[in-house]
Amino acid sequence: MSTAVAAPEVKPAEGLFSKKNRKLITDPLNDNNPITVQVLGICSALAITVKVQNAVVMSLSVLAVVVVGNMVISALRNLIPGRIRIIAQLVIAAGLVTLVDIVLKAYVYDVSKQVGVYVGLIITNCILMGRYEAFAMGNKVWPSALDGLGNSLGYAWILLAVGVVREVTGNGSVMGVRLIPESWYAVNGGAYFNNNMMILPPMALVLVGIIIWVQRSRNTKLIEQ
Amino acid sequence: MNLINIFVKAIFIENMIFAYFLGMCSYLAVSKTVKTAVGLGAAVIFVLGVTVPVNYLLENYVLKGGALAWLGPQFADVDLSFLSFIMFIAVVAAIVQLVEMIVEKFAPALYGALGIFLPLIAVNCSILGGALFMQERQYSTIGEASVFAVGSGVGWFLAIVAIAAIREKIRYSDVPKPLKGLGITFILTGLMGIAFMAFMGIKI
Repeated sequence: MSTAVAAPEVKPAEGLFSKKNRKLITDPLNDNNPITVQVLGICSALAITVKVQNAVVMSLSVLAVVVVGNMVISALRNLIPGRIRIIAQLVIAAGLVTLVDIVLKAYVYDVSKQVGVYVGLIITNCILMGRYEAFAMGNKVWPSALDGLGNSLGYAWILLAVGVVREVTGNGSVMGVRLIPESWYAVNGGAYFNNNMMILPPMALVLVGIIIWVQRSRNTKLIEQ
Repeated sequence: MNLINIFVKAIFIENMIFAYFLGMCSYLAVSKTVKTAVGLGAAVIFVLGVTVPVNYLLENYVLKGGALAWLGPQFADVDLSFLSFIMFIAVVAAIVQLVEMIVEKFAPALYGALGIFLPLIAVNCSILGGALFMQERQYSTIGEASVFAVGSGVGWFLAIVAIAAIREKIRYSDVPKPLKGLGITFILTGLMGIAFMAFMGIKI
């Protein structure tokens, strides 16, 4: 907090969870969702949702990078020269993503192998740059942290929703726990087949399309003219 | 033969959009008309074609484990691969800036056409994605890496021009209101992706 010391605030301090701050978290969950409304960070959202486990790992990684990055950039916002801010933001993002990548390789090696290049691609995840540029460069550390948290939660719930649907229908399980009993399958004398189409990449797009459809028919102010 | 195979594979089978969803953000945002889509698509081909070979040299002569052996035997076991994210994105950002300045100076007409898209491209996932796939797949020569890069760019170009053409037509269709715009674009892209899956397994 090197910057806040310079200008002592006269007005009464705002509560840590005042109405305005709470809105920073709840807004991106629905009205201003990063994926379905702002259309940011789609690439990774679609590519790694074949399994719920990957979706969870990816969401946590994005959460860490967005929240910490938002706080760092917000703390440095008066020191970063305007003209090179994009490069400065990219370097901070790349540094954090490298850390996340090393941690994932150390603790969840299997998932890290499956998620592959998409961890590196968090750097160019537009949610990141969007939040850094649009929020952290102009706000204090605590609201920036909350804003990062809200946006990554908004990202996470879409990922989890798509991931659950794809894993249940495509593999009959959630987080590796079997929901459809083995004995139902045709190979074991039952009459059930996995929907292999759900595992293919294009179905993720269709599922997100359907989520957008449902969300917009319930929240009509989001409809495009 | 191998080069043609990599080229065709990068365009159709391992299409950046339909198989890996890379560069979706600008794909969705800039596909409202065919004209702008062509501009952005051309810029992506160009930037991919320049950055991936440069990153290939960087990867093979600086970053990879043992890549510094040309400096002297004492560097033979240095492994800088943990720096690859930072180096790749720095190279991409710098080259985009450089390309923008060169194009502005020497080809003003091209700059007028690509102008606003070039800065956007630095944070387009397909560019960094191209570099990371190049690293993961370990192409054996710089020729293979460049062909892969240009092929991926052409695949991206085809995808964005196709969706822009469909979106121009669909403006006059009676799409359910909540599905208008973004929703229908997602579903259309999914359907196009299914069509592109027909190319799977083709080998030349």
